[in-house]
Amino acid sequence: MLLTGISVIFIRNLFAVVVLAGMFSLLAAVLYVVLDAVDVAFTEAAVGAGISTLLLLGTLALTTDKELAKTKIKIIPLLLVIFTGSVLILGTRDMPNFGDAKAPANLHVAPRYIEESMKETGLPNMVTSVLASYRGYDTFGEVVVIFTAAIGVLILLGQGYRKSRRGSGKIINKNSGEAE
Amino acid sequence: MMTRHTILRVIAKFMIPYILLFALYVQFHGDFGPGGGFQAGVIFAAGFILYSLIFGIENGRKVMPPWLRRALLSIGVIIFGGTGLFGLILGGNFLDYNVLLENPVAGQHLGILLVELGVGITVSATMITIFFVFASQDQ
Amino acid sequence: MDFPGLINYWIVIILMMVGFYIVIAQGNLIKKIIGLNIFQVSVFIFYITVGKVSDGSAPIMAAGIDTYSNPLPHVLILTAIVVGVATTALGLAMIVRIRTAYNSIESDEIERAEILEDDK
Repeated sequence: MLLTGISVIFIRNLFAVVVLAGMFSLLAAVLYVVLDAVDVAFTEAAVGAGISTLLLLGTLALTTDKELAKTKIKIIPLLLVIFTGSVLILGTRDMPNFGDAKAPANLHVAPRYIEESMKETGLPNMVTSVLASYRGYDTFGEVVVIFTAAIGVLILLGQGYRKSRRGSGKIINKNSGEAE
Repeated sequence: MMTRHTILRVIAKFMIPYILLFALYVQFHGDFGPGGGFQAGVIFAAGFILYSLIFGIENGRKVMPPWLRRALLSIGVIIFGGTGLFGLILGGNFLDYNVLLENPVAGQHLGILLVELGVGITVSATMITIFFVFASQDQ
Repeated sequence: MDFPGLINYWIVIILMMVGFYIVIAQGNLIKKIIGLNIFQVSVFIFYITVGKVSDGSAPIMAAGIDTYSNPLPHVLILTAIVVGVATTALGLAMIVRIRTAYNSIESDEIERAEILEDDK
């Protein structure tokens, strides 16, 4: 998994990079199964390895699949990354051990979900009951975010944009470029 | 597009109903096994995307016209929000499913089912919309 | 601090730094998006590993199982993945627009084009 991540840096053919990204997602899904998160693995396999790769390929078809810049290691970003990584690893010394049932994250609201959700919602799958019931506000927000993203894509590349491009040759919209 | 890829077309014709059926299974069985609205929406969208990839964007657009996509996009959010508001009307809090039915547990079950349905519809409509927008650029 | 207990955090951090490096050092916009995705997945793995309980099983009620992993991080990450792909799509749409405006998806070429435009 690490290997696929690192090879993304060095490969210049963007098609290969996209396929590697899909592989990366699939490996992440396998890792989630090992870590008991079956729902998450399901989503990652469907979304990360499926739809996401498809969208990236679609973008490649619309733009180009060759990277122009030479891939040489840049020193300053590398130093910055190593520095940040070391600081973060130093920070993990205070974290609870892997798989610790007494870790603070597993003692706050989770026991209540595990013990009560069957009685209160009648559903054996805790992930579903927490997702839709206990954390309904969160999920509602997420759905609205997805909705907004779809509207954003429609605005950026929707019918108005296609017409303007087809109609008068090539209209360069400066604002869209400067927004990035 | 239509004349080539005989194997792909035959296999896709064979597979698409099962993909859609599996999506519905994931959607409505998410209470008991792994699954739920998010996964089901994505799988459902994958079925449509596969169809459009194999049989061409134009045919895909006939199956899923733009107005339907846009309507579904907002219907999902409305179902979710509406379930929440319905609880509010019946005297509970926003997104409180206990008051939906006489029995709080059954109410919870119904509420979760409706909310997951809303999530599934929005997610699948979003994925299909994004795919069509990207795919119809180069025409 | 014993060695195997914290290794999951180290893996997460290394992955995160790989993603971070891609985002800041690579000029290609599509690669930047993939770097962001790698960063994102590393955060997901962090959450999931925090929720993992030794000898626990997947959080679906079944007879004869007492220890379950924490379902809360699973819920958060489940929604985050789908939101992640929606925002990725938005980013890719922006890249397509940038490509039509500047005819390039390399950030330094875009900068050069902007300087040229400013000089005019």
